[in-house]
Amino acid sequence: MFYFIYKRLIQSVFVMLAVAFLAFSLFRFVGDPITQMTGVETSVVDQERLREELGLNDPFISQFGRFTVDMLQGDFGYSFRTRQPVAEMIASRIPATLELGVVALLISLVVGIPAGVYTALRPRGVITQTILMTTLIGISIPTFVIGIMLIFLFGVQLGWLPTFGRGETVNIGFWESSFFSIDGWRALILPAVTLGVYQLTLTMRLVRAQMMDVMRSDYIRFATARGVPMRQLYFRHALANTMVPVITIIGLQFGGVIAFSIVTESVFQWPGMGLLFLESIRFVDIPVMGVYLVVIAFFFVVVNLLVDLLYVAIDPRLRV
Amino acid sequence: MKEFIKRSEGLWLFTRSPAVMVAAVIAILIFIGAAFAPWIASVNPYDLGSFSLMDGLLPPIWQEGGISQFMLGTDDQGRDMISSILYGARLSLLIGLSAMAIATVLGVGLGLAAGFYGGRFDAIIMRIADIQLALPAILTALLIDGIARGILPPEVQQDLRVVVLTLAIALSLWVNFARTARASTFVEMNKEYVQAAIIMGQGPIRIMFIHILPNILGPLLVIMTVDLASAILLEATLSFLGIGLAADSPSLGTLIRIGMQFMLSGEWWILWIPTLFLVALVVSINTLGDFMRDVFNPGLR
Amino acid sequence: MLTVENLTVRFPTRFGDTTAIENININVQAGEIHGLVGESGAGKSTVGAAVIGLLQTPGYISEGNIMLGDTDLRALDVNQAHALRGKRISMIFQDPQTSLNPLMTVEEQLVETILAHEKMSADEARTRAIDLLEEIGIKNAAERIKSWPHQFSGGMRQRVVIALALCTNPELIIADEPTTALDVAVQSQVLDLIRSLADKRKIGFILITHDIGVIAQIADRVTVMRNGHVVESGETAQVLGRPKHAYTRALMSAVPPMDHKIDRFSVPATEGIEGASVFTGDLAEQWLLEEKDLPEDEQKELSIGLSIEALDVRFSGTRKSLWRKPEDFIALDKISFNVKPGSIMGLVGESGSGKSTVAKTITGLITPNSGTMMLGNEILPAGKSRSRKHASRRIIQMVFQDPYSSLNSRHKIGSILTEPLWFYGLEKDPEKRQELAASMLALVGMAPDAIDKYPHQFSGGQRQRIAVARALLARPRFLICDEPTSALDVSIQAEILNLLKDLQSKFGLTILFISHNLSVVRQMADDMVVLRNGVIEEAGKTEDLFERPQAEYTKKLLSLTPVMPKDWAC
Repeated sequence: MFYFIYKRLIQSVFVMLAVAFLAFSLFRFVGDPITQMTGVETSVVDQERLREELGLNDPFISQFGRFTVDMLQGDFGYSFRTRQPVAEMIASRIPATLELGVVALLISLVVGIPAGVYTALRPRGVITQTILMTTLIGISIPTFVIGIMLIFLFGVQLGWLPTFGRGETVNIGFWESSFFSIDGWRALILPAVTLGVYQLTLTMRLVRAQMMDVMRSDYIRFATARGVPMRQLYFRHALANTMVPVITIIGLQFGGVIAFSIVTESVFQWPGMGLLFLESIRFVDIPVMGVYLVVIAFFFVVVNLLVDLLYVAIDPRLRV
Repeated sequence: MKEFIKRSEGLWLFTRSPAVMVAAVIAILIFIGAAFAPWIASVNPYDLGSFSLMDGLLPPIWQEGGISQFMLGTDDQGRDMISSILYGARLSLLIGLSAMAIATVLGVGLGLAAGFYGGRFDAIIMRIADIQLALPAILTALLIDGIARGILPPEVQQDLRVVVLTLAIALSLWVNFARTARASTFVEMNKEYVQAAIIMGQGPIRIMFIHILPNILGPLLVIMTVDLASAILLEATLSFLGIGLAADSPSLGTLIRIGMQFMLSGEWWILWIPTLFLVALVVSINTLGDFMRDVFNPGLR
Repeated sequence: MLTVENLTVRFPTRFGDTTAIENININVQAGEIHGLVGESGAGKSTVGAAVIGLLQTPGYISEGNIMLGDTDLRALDVNQAHALRGKRISMIFQDPQTSLNPLMTVEEQLVETILAHEKMSADEARTRAIDLLEEIGIKNAAERIKSWPHQFSGGMRQRVVIALALCTNPELIIADEPTTALDVAVQSQVLDLIRSLADKRKIGFILITHDIGVIAQIADRVTVMRNGHVVESGETAQVLGRPKHAYTRALMSAVPPMDHKIDRFSVPATEGIEGASVFTGDLAEQWLLEEKDLPEDEQKELSIGLSIEALDVRFSGTRKSLWRKPEDFIALDKISFNVKPGSIMGLVGESGSGKSTVAKTITGLITPNSGTMMLGNEILPAGKSRSRKHASRRIIQMVFQDPYSSLNSRHKIGSILTEPLWFYGLEKDPEKRQELAASMLALVGMAPDAIDKYPHQFSGGQRQRIAVARALLARPRFLICDEPTSALDVSIQAEILNLLKDLQSKFGLTILFISHNLSVVRQMADDMVVLRNGVIEEAGKTEDLFERPQAEYTKKLLSLTPVMPKDWAC
């Protein structure tokens, strides 16, 4: 069991290093960082001096080493565009994106898992066919269109909910939260639903497929043949076995939620990391792009390590 | 004819699912419309001379003020909506299909080889796939697009937009193919016909492409369909974010972005007709993909 | 106790309804083991599923009555039927590896089942579960009950499965191939257990199996089925000893006897091999026997010997802990044996004995850690050091176990058969290749027009014939048959074994015949080797080994294999 966790930890470190390397290569090779940092009026001599000071003439490996060590210490460099420290820029945006992502993921799980179970157990019912048709349309409508539709309906036509920004937020330490005011929640609903719908359809389809697989397995047939009550059969035997693979995928989905929040944030002008990333792409602000990547990969890796622990908790075969 | 259909499980199921038949018809119509857009469309939306501002903002024909020359109305520039959509679909499909083709070749090749050779080669490919999984498709595509902006000189950027976009989408989708091909190859590798070929001393290329590939086409076909839909969605999303194609050569996503400006004014058709068209296209493709999945995995029915 | 009358089950398909079983009549008394025997497609599992009410959708019972005591099982609604399952009828499945929920302890599964049917406290249920496990032969049950299924071995797991089927004291248990996935030793223990449960607890069993030996050993009464119909039914001794129906007689004579050697199996006329007599395999036969293209030294005799010296194969174990190095798994522990040219060598062992590893090492799929292999007078390079063009790749050919996976399902039979011809450069002319392939099909008893069809258009036995033809088309001198009949029905097995015998005597092939089935080996092999856990337990002439086994292990194997009483076999 420890070996299993240890192996996953090594893999995670490897993924992080690779992404850091990607971010560093971006910074180093996409355009010349010196020209980006300095203006047109800086002389060539000054540029060279800066280059030397920043260590850009050092061997590649030692530059990458320094970059990694700096990152571990929380020093992420400066934005080309705003000249602010990237760490601060990103840190101030993290709460908005995380809150949006967590609420969206919750929506997708709370609705998606029961729907998946239901459609797997009643594969031929009218409700199932309706749900399946709806989810098919759900995965076929781009997130931004869902956003536009929601804005149009609830924002423009009905005027019930705000269509951009986070509304009123409350600061808890450095964390700027929408969770503590009605206005904040109102502003959160549309973006979170927009972001959640796509994940919801994925979750539902996955749970359904796995559950149907499990329902055909020998141990379910055997449990049926022994007359184990249906409720126990479905929820104790089948659902638990369904969740083993599903949990892994949900871990992977969290990355998807964060990434797709780029689109949602753009539609709703939600001041999160995604919006920052979009701006940095438009202005080729390489340091911000690089750090964003590293942060996303970090979330992904942490969530997946947690998922692995959960995996061990559920499946006795891993607890040797 | 009836007997012929009965003999093939796929065809038989097809004739019994009206939704799938409708989807197939819609998809085929859109493909034909897009392929022959220059001959079908009344105006060329890329050619500023072929339309006139005078015809701007005409509603669809069934609404008051609509005229039969522009069945689905016009945009603010006076472009016929039908023509814009056909040309837009042409571009979207072109990018989607090429991206899907590149991703298929790349992913299937690497996945087959990873499954066949196993060991270190497999480990390397799968670690790369892991990293790519940590950065979801849309992020990868945005990133590649961003890098292209940084590297390419501004003069050629506009000309290479379509190429960059296609590559960006292809590189963000290959992982699906690689993982599926690898998993299926592993299964096939344990089958005795592959072992027989190895024992005979047949070369790796022959075993991979003549023996294994035909046996794993089923799941790959499903992924190809689903990923074509993803590619079209991804292109639309990137264009919507203003990072894909520019307004002078609009794809479906660009048309929707332009239409957003008219959401609050009365000209609903500029936004909703392209949107409906895009959704219809993707829903049809996904329906077909689902159908194929059901045919190949009878258990999910 | 159980009465099945005129049972008919249909499955709707796109070709209209097909009848799976028709007019089945079965009676099972309390304490009786009722064998249900037949080859694949006979519908025996469908009978079991219909009785317990778990027919695969969309199958349905179209006619007939099923009475359990006074209860009409067909009249029950869904909930009543489900409450009755486990309470009065239970079931045992084939594979103990997959029959238990991997995420629940044995205790949880037992207690849950007991509480589902009986009004008692969880503690009482647990006590009963522990008692039951003890009774069924699981030692230290109070401790073991807390384990998860993966912590039990295969045989123990099947005991747990039986305990689960038994824990609510059902009147009837349907056992669907309960020992097919088990080794001989474990099989005999499980069969003894079933016998004693029937005797002591007066439980009625329906024992579904394809293995006539198993029926002969423990069934009181037997029903023989074929193509969804009952062929014959009655007391076991009467049906198997003095079969009335021609099919039963043929089936009995297709079972290879273990106590003596026979020359040929008589084969029930099952699969019509239409047209096979019209075409002849003369062309292929001539081609196999002609000598002009062969190098000098090969011309002398068509067969070649193989000797193996101190062959040692280890696999690195999977790492489970950070601190301990994984232990090597020893698949073959310095084994040596010698296959004489032109003879058939039998290699016998239970699952995990390493017998397939031997085949894989000889064919070069596995690289041994040490040891030498000699093919004729030349060293056979091991594993990866054998070049793709090495001559042995043609000389050694293999017939695999599973005819459903050994032929590429996307290739036509023609291209499967001509592949060795062009690949080894044996025949340059594409038309001649087709002719040879067609003629070879005739030689193995198939109609030559098979050449334009795909593998899925053929049955298992026909596919195995095609696989033999493919091997012969390489003009081999050494043939490895790895469990060539274990996936086949007994009558088809007899056909394939006859075919292999014929070919061997005609062309003087050397054959390494790998099998877990002792009686088959007795019929086929001149010499044999008994393998267990990678070690050779005993080797020698087949007849000697069967008549005067020396090693304890061989004696045990021979005594535990179910056999039919001598006077029954025809």
